[in-house]
Amino acid sequence: MTAAAEGSAPLAASRPGRKPLLQSESAQGLALITPTFLYALVLLVLPILVVIAHSFWTQHYLTIDRTFTLENYRIALTEPIYRDLLWRSLYISLVTSVATVVLAYPIAYYISFHGGHRKGLWLFLITIPFWTSYLLRVMSWKVILGYNGVLNSGLMGLGIIDEPITALLYNSNSVIITLVHAWAAFAILPIFVSLEKVDRTLIEAAKDLGDGPLRSFLRVTLPLSAPGVISALLIVMIPTVGDYVTPKLVGGKDGVMIANAIQAQFGKASNWPLGAALSVTTMIVVTAMAGAAVLIIRRAARLAR
Amino acid sequence: MSGLKRLLPGGWLSVYAVLYVAFLYVPVLFLPVFSVNTAATPKFPLSGFTWKWYEGLPRTPELLNAAWNSLIVGLSASVLSTVFGILAARAITRYRFPGRRPINGLIMAPLVLPEIIVAISMLLVILQLGLSLSLFTVVLGHVLVCIPYSMTVLTSGFEGFDRSLEEASADLGESAFGTFRRVTLPMVTPAIISSLLVSFTISLDEFIIAFFLTGTEATLPIYIWGQLRFAAKLPGVLALGTLLLVASFILLSIAEVLRRRAARRTQSEGGLYA
Repeated sequence: MTAAAEGSAPLAASRPGRKPLLQSESAQGLALITPTFLYALVLLVLPILVVIAHSFWTQHYLTIDRTFTLENYRIALTEPIYRDLLWRSLYISLVTSVATVVLAYPIAYYISFHGGHRKGLWLFLITIPFWTSYLLRVMSWKVILGYNGVLNSGLMGLGIIDEPITALLYNSNSVIITLVHAWAAFAILPIFVSLEKVDRTLIEAAKDLGDGPLRSFLRVTLPLSAPGVISALLIVMIPTVGDYVTPKLVGGKDGVMIANAIQAQFGKASNWPLGAALSVTTMIVVTAMAGAAVLIIRRAARLAR
Repeated sequence: MSGLKRLLPGGWLSVYAVLYVAFLYVPVLFLPVFSVNTAATPKFPLSGFTWKWYEGLPRTPELLNAAWNSLIVGLSASVLSTVFGILAARAITRYRFPGRRPINGLIMAPLVLPEIIVAISMLLVILQLGLSLSLFTVVLGHVLVCIPYSMTVLTSGFEGFDRSLEEASADLGESAFGTFRRVTLPMVTPAIISSLLVSFTISLDEFIIAFFLTGTEATLPIYIWGQLRFAAKLPGVLALGTLLLVASFILLSIAEVLRRRAARRTQSEGGLYA
């Protein structure tokens, strides 16, 4: 920053008649980013504030009563149905994010260390399925895991099973499998980026000093890629907790998640304040869980070294 | 064995990599497979080849209507998000200013927020303001979620861009706008087209926000969602899904080629003049 600013200062001085304010880097940068910033402010921050406000209000039929109350939060946290849905959503998003990261790490490692000149092609290959419609990917899992689905009919055709396995679809596991598949690319990319930044000479040094491949991986590569693992975990964990499509299509009765309850409050049940309180609670709880995960990984990375 | 090793560097890891890619692709590939199968329910063994599910598509007025709506929403959202993305990416890569990181974080936030939170909060505000839900409100939501993707594509296109070119242009008397139009813009055009294609694809495939923010008009994913309730309609949905898949794939391949060309161009030009 300073180098560029110093470099252009004499130029600005040598051209009289220019407004100093427009010459200032900060002012120009801020002016450029303002429209986008305002858009995000008006359509994201403001609406979220409105949701938070609603969560403290009550609704009588179509009118909103703006007296402050914690009743919605009491319902969100103590009613068994919402408590169970919240726990299940947290459980599903935790298992999904850990499984996605564990499965993705070797791929990211492979591309970074053995990808050679085909790194770009590998990354493109891995991102392509992710770009296809989310709805369609979930639907294809429904087709695969269904009672008369691809997996059951295929296994029966091969003579491995005699009758369809009913445990495949409409439970938490089918939701987790679908989500792990859907979020794969999101986990691979950040891990890959952080592995690319790992200084290869450090690994050489560890090997020269007598560490085997496994030891040098555990003590050098893995801890140094912790930032990528953390962002991968968060980028999967936070959005999946509020997933609506997957539980609705493949979750059945036992795979319903909190987003389905939130949607119901804005739809059939028409209780906006309760829906708002459920949303806020979910966000707070998932943020806490994500924070705990970050702390644990940082700790582990420090201990490994 | 040594031949195999040369083909797959990394030993077992490469076997895992191949299996993983198969895990990513196989479920998606079932859509086209069963869309040309004669049986109405997707299961093995395949019963026979047919185009009939595709032939039924153009005869469905609601589908054509939804496709038209998706096209309008996608075009509007991609143009708007690219314009917002250009401004912000330019500010982020070219200037240093106070609040640069938090502002960038806020603009990128929709990427990590659950979509349902984004959707219901916008819904609440729109209903509170007494605005009616329409394709316009869908566009507003799509722009918000597309901007982070546009930003990612555009910043990678703008980075590595050699500043000395712009300084040279300014020294030679070109105005700030003239420099942008005549020096910067030609260099970043591939990244801009790439951003348009990526955000169009996102908008085309986006369901949750459209589901909450549309009134009576359906986009393609909403149409598909409605059809999923009827088991008999599944093959038609698979055929439509396959077409969407192919469209996304073509758009993204073009976007990727352009993005790489942009990266190469800015880097090599930078190297030449550095």
